[in-house]
Amino acid sequence: MNALRKKDLLTLVACAVLFAVMQGLMMAEIIGPFWELNIVLICINIILSVSLNLINGYTGQFSIGHAGFLAVGAYTGAIVTVKLGFSYELALIAGTVAAGFLGFLIGLPTLRLNGDYLAIATLGLGEIIRICILNIDYVGGASGLMGIPRLTNFPWVFWIMIFIIFFIKNFKNSAPGRCCLAIRENEIAADTMGIDTTKYKVMAFTLGAAFAGTAGVLFSHYFYIAHPASFTFMRSFDILTMVVLGGLGSMTGAITGAVLLTFISAYLAEYPEWRMIIYSITLIVLMLRRPQGLFGNKELSLKMFHLGGGKDGSTAESK
Amino acid sequence: MDMGSFMQQFVQQLINGISLGSIYALVALGYTMIYGIIKLINFAHGDIYMLGAYFGFIATTMFGFSFIPAILFSMACAALAGIIIERVAYRPMRNAPRIAILITAIGVSFFLEYSMILIATPQPRTFPAVFEATIYHFGPLVVNSQQIVILISALILMAVLTYIVQNTKAGKAMRAVSFDADAARLMGINIDRVISMTFALGSALAAAGGVLVGIYYNSIDPLMGMVPGIKAFVAAVLGGIGIIPGAMLGGIILGVVEAMVSGFFSSTFRDAAAFAILILILLYKPAGILGKNVREKV
Amino acid sequence: MEALLKVNDISMVFGGLRAVSNFSMEIKAGELIGLIGPNGAGKTTAFNMITGVYTPTEGEIMFNGTRTSGKKSYQVTQLGMARTFQNIRLFSELSVIDNVKIAYNMHVKYTLGEAIARVGRYFSEEDEITKKALELLKIFKLEDKAYETAKNLPYGEQRRLEIARALATEPKLLLLDEPAAGMNPQETKELMEMIRWIRDKFRLSILLIEHDMGLVMGVCERIYVLEYGFCIASGTPDEIKNNKRVIEAYLGEEVS
Repeated sequence: MNALRKKDLLTLVACAVLFAVMQGLMMAEIIGPFWELNIVLICINIILSVSLNLINGYTGQFSIGHAGFLAVGAYTGAIVTVKLGFSYELALIAGTVAAGFLGFLIGLPTLRLNGDYLAIATLGLGEIIRICILNIDYVGGASGLMGIPRLTNFPWVFWIMIFIIFFIKNFKNSAPGRCCLAIRENEIAADTMGIDTTKYKVMAFTLGAAFAGTAGVLFSHYFYIAHPASFTFMRSFDILTMVVLGGLGSMTGAITGAVLLTFISAYLAEYPEWRMIIYSITLIVLMLRRPQGLFGNKELSLKMFHLGGGKDGSTAESK
Repeated sequence: MDMGSFMQQFVQQLINGISLGSIYALVALGYTMIYGIIKLINFAHGDIYMLGAYFGFIATTMFGFSFIPAILFSMACAALAGIIIERVAYRPMRNAPRIAILITAIGVSFFLEYSMILIATPQPRTFPAVFEATIYHFGPLVVNSQQIVILISALILMAVLTYIVQNTKAGKAMRAVSFDADAARLMGINIDRVISMTFALGSALAAAGGVLVGIYYNSIDPLMGMVPGIKAFVAAVLGGIGIIPGAMLGGIILGVVEAMVSGFFSSTFRDAAAFAILILILLYKPAGILGKNVREKV
Repeated sequence: MEALLKVNDISMVFGGLRAVSNFSMEIKAGELIGLIGPNGAGKTTAFNMITGVYTPTEGEIMFNGTRTSGKKSYQVTQLGMARTFQNIRLFSELSVIDNVKIAYNMHVKYTLGEAIARVGRYFSEEDEITKKALELLKIFKLEDKAYETAKNLPYGEQRRLEIARALATEPKLLLLDEPAAGMNPQETKELMEMIRWIRDKFRLSILLIEHDMGLVMGVCERIYVLEYGFCIASGTPDEIKNNKRVIEAYLGEEVS
């Protein structure tokens, strides 16, 4: 028990050190504005991929409409700061709650579906959200909502990311989290364990959607604009790719996937015409070589280097 | 709006919808056949449709082909492209988790789109008019010759496909594999060949759809396959995925609904309507209009 | 004494097929009951109705004083009924101990907030669950494999784990669906002893569906026999052994 707390604290200290180093490099301008932007983008993408991993990886519910919740967060946040003139903190909360609430409303009826049917329904819902936004003049319609102040900075995005990672990690290692894992493994058996499967599916979906909303607020308040074109199903695929690349069901995998893909994308920015081609070939080759993703459903840990696995159950943390 | 003009508008949109829907149906057929056989949502299928449009463009502008040779040329090239894609990207992953194959399909889709941008630039191109567009007036209704050609071509292709699937040996093998791949293998059916053939057939139909769309809208571009691709999949699900008549029905319904929404409300909500229908169908009859519900046995 | 489970005249109709017709049974606390019948007799359907997977088209089921017909399967489990499956359904990618811990989840009292913040009852209850799960695994001789992935266990151990997992929900009635399927005679014999021992140790009632007549006759106190969806006999093993209709059902009409 104390070991667990100690481990959490140690990880937090490591995060603080990482933060200090990055912040220092940025202030000394060793990390220039281009990479600073990409680091912020990496943090936002990590939030998106770990929150999608909660739905797809842990609960086994195949959702590919994450960009819709990202959009809801981005716009709700922007309305709160630009239109209503409230604070950034309130925007963050409002964006998170709005996306979570919508996730709850959508999840309740659709999570009865499984497999590919759920996938295509979430894809459709993501698009419906975007098209609705496109048709609301109050938020700028097709030209987007402009003039959003840049209130997101590296400290904000970094510490919110850490909070969400810890939230999801602790969720997974608790009774409700295990219910989600059980549903992924075998829904019928989970049912006979007294688990209200609908409740936990909706719970995971709502939480995942809410965090995507948070990411949306961070996003629109960094890039000055919320534009419907940023939230197409291609964006959802992007997030899904990060999760699958890292290994579905692995938190460290989702983080690595987000970092890797954002880096590849940023690196290729110099060759715009080749960028997507190289990106897509990388994707295909990686999937051909490692279809289960980089880490499978295991977590990257120091143990992996020492023992090559050993006694790592899926909640290896618990002992 | 009085009743008379309402009816007129309704019938007009019905005509527009059916001709647009028959193109969705052609693309949806490929989706549904491929899904039926390897349970893959082939996200690259919409880009095959785009390739088909470009092949048709090459055939008409460079080789000076007329309509029928051009569409056949495009179908043949797309069939070959479909076989190659399956060989290179999907076949090695036959036993991989399904989500990994899905991601590969997304990768292939990006690859085709952006390769085309590299080769042909992102600018839309004007698709040459392969035959004279005549506009016919039936009382207050307007039908143009393109709509008639689209509908007739689509019907012929669907009839040919139905014949192949129902009456030829290859078609029987396809149905056997989609019903139970392992049993089909034990019966001596070469699964790899059947899958190749499915990709060839599906891709050829999508290419025909691409050429017809090029003729209809006079314009093609490298990203033209993205949205129709997804919608064709919606059409396939609507009719009941894996069911060939379902894809045709789903395509037509989707086309008609979209035409009605653009005609009576606003064309900006057209895409949303398509997805809304999809979700309603999934919630109330998840196996599609022609599908049967299968419940997991306990 | 009031019956723990009372099945009143239930029927299940699928389309035109009557899978089970007017079936009734009673199980008292601590009883060990068998449900037998040839293939396709409707045993599993009856089982699925009792556990809430299906809602009977007619009749009602009372469990521990509550009407359970119409309730969902997880609600029935929460009332104190647990089951295993004919084709084992473990959480196969999870560790052995997690399989059991999931079954204890129902009894967890800490809130989501406490779990996320890792405060309050979270640690004490998690420790408690882990301890209880390990104890249970020890009883089933699986404690050495607690941190192995469930799918890597040999078949016999997977069966034991499934039973252990069902017991972790702390049931009053345990339903076993063909637990001897795929076992050799020696293993079946051990299973027989284990079933009796489980009943005594955990003080619960057991309902057993089985093909293996030896097992059922050897361990059950009362037996119900289904054929074509109808209950054709019920009674003690001796009565069943000598029942003419049962012999016919099992050996064919010609014998009579």
